[in-house]
Amino acid sequence: MSFYDTWSAVFIALIAGVILVGTALIGARLLGPFAREQGKSISYECGMLPTGKNWTQVHVRYYLFAIMFLIFDVETIFIFPWAVRFLDLPSHAFWYMVFFVLILSGALFYAWRKKVLEWR
Amino acid sequence: MSGFGITVAFWILAALTLASAGGVMASRNLIHAVLFLIVAFLGVSGFFILLSADFLAMAQIIIYVGAISVLILFAIVLTPRAERDNSETSMVLPALLLGTTLAAVLLFVLYDANWNVTNVEPGLSAEVLGSALLSVWVLPFELASVLLTAALVGALMIVRRQEDEEGDSAS
Repeated sequence: MSFYDTWSAVFIALIAGVILVGTALIGARLLGPFAREQGKSISYECGMLPTGKNWTQVHVRYYLFAIMFLIFDVETIFIFPWAVRFLDLPSHAFWYMVFFVLILSGALFYAWRKKVLEWR
Repeated sequence: MSGFGITVAFWILAALTLASAGGVMASRNLIHAVLFLIVAFLGVSGFFILLSADFLAMAQIIIYVGAISVLILFAIVLTPRAERDNSETSMVLPALLLGTTLAAVLLFVLYDANWNVTNVEPGLSAEVLGSALLSVWVLPFELASVLLTAALVGALMIVRRQEDEEGDSAS
């Protein structure tokens, strides 16, 4: 199997993705109305003029979402080779992966019980 | 692995990666620097694809473009007064020394490495990896799941303890 046979689907997906996002951006630029005044970019359009820079420190609570995303992102790395090989693997390999995901669901369940997922 | 398309792709990727790596250094806005870094990571994953290293390319996109850049973005957003532009620091000399040393080591590796070209057609590494991971290495594979769970629980404990202290002082 040559390089192009292996990767042509990836290239087609890449080109389709670029066209999809590009047409959405260009379409929004062409069709949508735009206001270009200075007042457009301030935080409160009707109100007192803000002082200082428009930067506020975000609460550390947001970091929890980043960590949870990170854990399940790394999980994807383990699922990927399994998914590529899935049809050729023996049937018990499916249950190995179910066990793998179950253990990680335990982490999600723990986070849920600790009310990490709730907005306060 | 050669051919006109591959060569053109290599030079485009090289220009893209080096230009965005330069953008990381040149941009004064930290958020812009991270966005440049993401483009550099994507360029490197393109190199992995050119080398037929499919699993590495996938891991590069998922881990670096996905996870690491999200982590860096959150680190910037959570840092107080990160809106300040990069200014002069007193660490110029140590940084220069470290950079020169790293460059010397990398140049030595480049010079010393064996650059023989092989004619073996590379297979899909993810397929081989998948078979190995779910037959011989199934126990470490499941242990990785336990490790990830432990990492998540530990991180939640640390952040929540800090949050509880803040909540106590506020109430």
